[in-house]
Amino acid sequence: MSERRQLVLPADPAILAGQAGLLRAQALSRLKMALLVGVLIALAVFAFWRLDVSFWRIVKGFGDLGKFVVLMIPPNAGSWANALVYLHSLAETVAIAFLGTMLAALFAFPLGLLAARNVVPVRIFQFMTRRSLDTVRGIDTLIWALIWVNVVGPGPFAGVLAITTSDIGTLGKLFSEAIEASDRKPVEGVTAAGGSRVHQVRFGLLPQVMPVMLSQVLYFFESNTRSATIIGIVGAGGIGLHLVEQIRTFEWDRVAFLILLILAAVAAIDWLSAHLRHAIIGKSSVAV
Amino acid sequence: MTATSPGAAGGVALPRLPDHQLTPLAEAYARANAAKRRSTLLLIVAIIIASLVAGGVAEVDLARLFANIDRFTNYIVRLFYLESGAPVWTDPAEWFWGWKKWLALLGDTLLIAYLGTLLGTIAAFFLCFLASVNLNSNAWTRGLIRRLLEFCRTVPELVFALIFVVAFGLGPLPGVLALAIHTTGALGKLFAEVVENIDMKPVEGVTATGATWWQTVHLAVVPQVLANFASYGLLRFEINVRGASVMGFVGAGGIGQDLIESIRKFYYSDVSAVLLLIIATVMIIDVATERLRHHFIGQGVRP
Repeated sequence: MSERRQLVLPADPAILAGQAGLLRAQALSRLKMALLVGVLIALAVFAFWRLDVSFWRIVKGFGDLGKFVVLMIPPNAGSWANALVYLHSLAETVAIAFLGTMLAALFAFPLGLLAARNVVPVRIFQFMTRRSLDTVRGIDTLIWALIWVNVVGPGPFAGVLAITTSDIGTLGKLFSEAIEASDRKPVEGVTAAGGSRVHQVRFGLLPQVMPVMLSQVLYFFESNTRSATIIGIVGAGGIGLHLVEQIRTFEWDRVAFLILLILAAVAAIDWLSAHLRHAIIGKSSVAV
Repeated sequence: MTATSPGAAGGVALPRLPDHQLTPLAEAYARANAAKRRSTLLLIVAIIIASLVAGGVAEVDLARLFANIDRFTNYIVRLFYLESGAPVWTDPAEWFWGWKKWLALLGDTLLIAYLGTLLGTIAAFFLCFLASVNLNSNAWTRGLIRRLLEFCRTVPELVFALIFVVAFGLGPLPGVLALAIHTTGALGKLFAEVVENIDMKPVEGVTATGATWWQTVHLAVVPQVLANFASYGLLRFEINVRGASVMGFVGAGGIGQDLIESIRKFYYSDVSAVLLLIIATVMIIDVATERLRHHFIGQGVRP
């Protein structure tokens, strides 16, 4: 303690006044922060009360959860026949995700062009396209799946259609944003060379936005693999149906097996799409 | 360039290379173009083959789709008619007859999303520093935390919800926990990326004063990343509102329960009323969080 050296600053009134100002500003920002945290906590307490979350239920629930986890080890499909059935429904899941993404991209492409300000300069038209894409986007994939199950019956086809419909909205929006963010100069160049409206889009616009779009489509394929695992819950095909059945009948080792299958499939597709992205777009790809 | 008058036929003549120079260049261009076309064609063929295989596996049946497509349009049209057969807009009071119940359920849905986001953000906050390579040099704990986060975000939240419903019973609690776990995984990764991109000079400065690891994180890292964390948290809240609206499908609380019942029991006008309420809520939340996010990042309003 005694060894510590002291740095002595001259008591300059200007510096002192500046320090006082800084301290006041800091106190104010602390007060604001405390107020924000207070509001967040108050809202959380209200939510706990309103949603009827009791402490004992949480404790008991985690106890049960612990038992389930113990029962999950080791993961086990039950029999080879079961494992084959699960593998088939996993393939179905990946197929649903792939086809859903492809079809959505196919439909979203023209819609994205129509919704882009620099392609179709008609404001009201653009507004209508955007709002309908937003509405489609606002409805969850699971709800679309329920509707399509009513139309084509239960099965993976309903799942494909559900993913297609809900992704048309999102991809359409992303495509139109990518198109609007593109550089105008190549388009002007094509115009100056005497290109028509179609030429402008084909040679001025598409080469710029194609890599971005492809990378977005790949990203959606990844995330749709995850969505496709759960649409089976409402009868739209894929591995979700088995998952629900096994959870509802407390076959925890099979549940663990199914979850491991899903994890492996998602990891494989992430790996594949990362490589494809590099192959198609090159290392300098635009981040999604 | 000679100034030819615009009226002169042909305009300005471009200088033309002699043929013995031009031919190889043109051939090289044609070859490069052909190679590009070939790879594009190959990609398209691969996609078509994959689609056909996938179509077989997914039991795609276009004939059935076209035979039944009128059911889809009928369904959509039917959504906008009341039980009495009158269009919904003729009697809004009848259309939104359950608005008190629905608004309460929507409120619950928002609270589920809020709690899930809050708990998940707190967990992600404490885990992200351990998952960042610049703050945790121990490869074992870092890898362990990263795998944990990966697991949390790869398993779909509805799967967690299904399992939690069995453990905790029906109600909003399993929904909150499922969203919290998924949020931990998704935000933990994003947070760790933010932390890995910080300026290390303040960290070195604070470490040099003999501060402990937690003091270093508190004084040198948190001030740099808090704004970004808040922005990501709000973005996640937006996503979780959508997620919470379907939690009721598996009995995990919120408005989803009412929605799936209306769909299953063919209460068409109820379906459209609830869907409109959900879409409106999601849009309002989107706009509100976007404002708040830009406020946090300090960019002002979106250009």
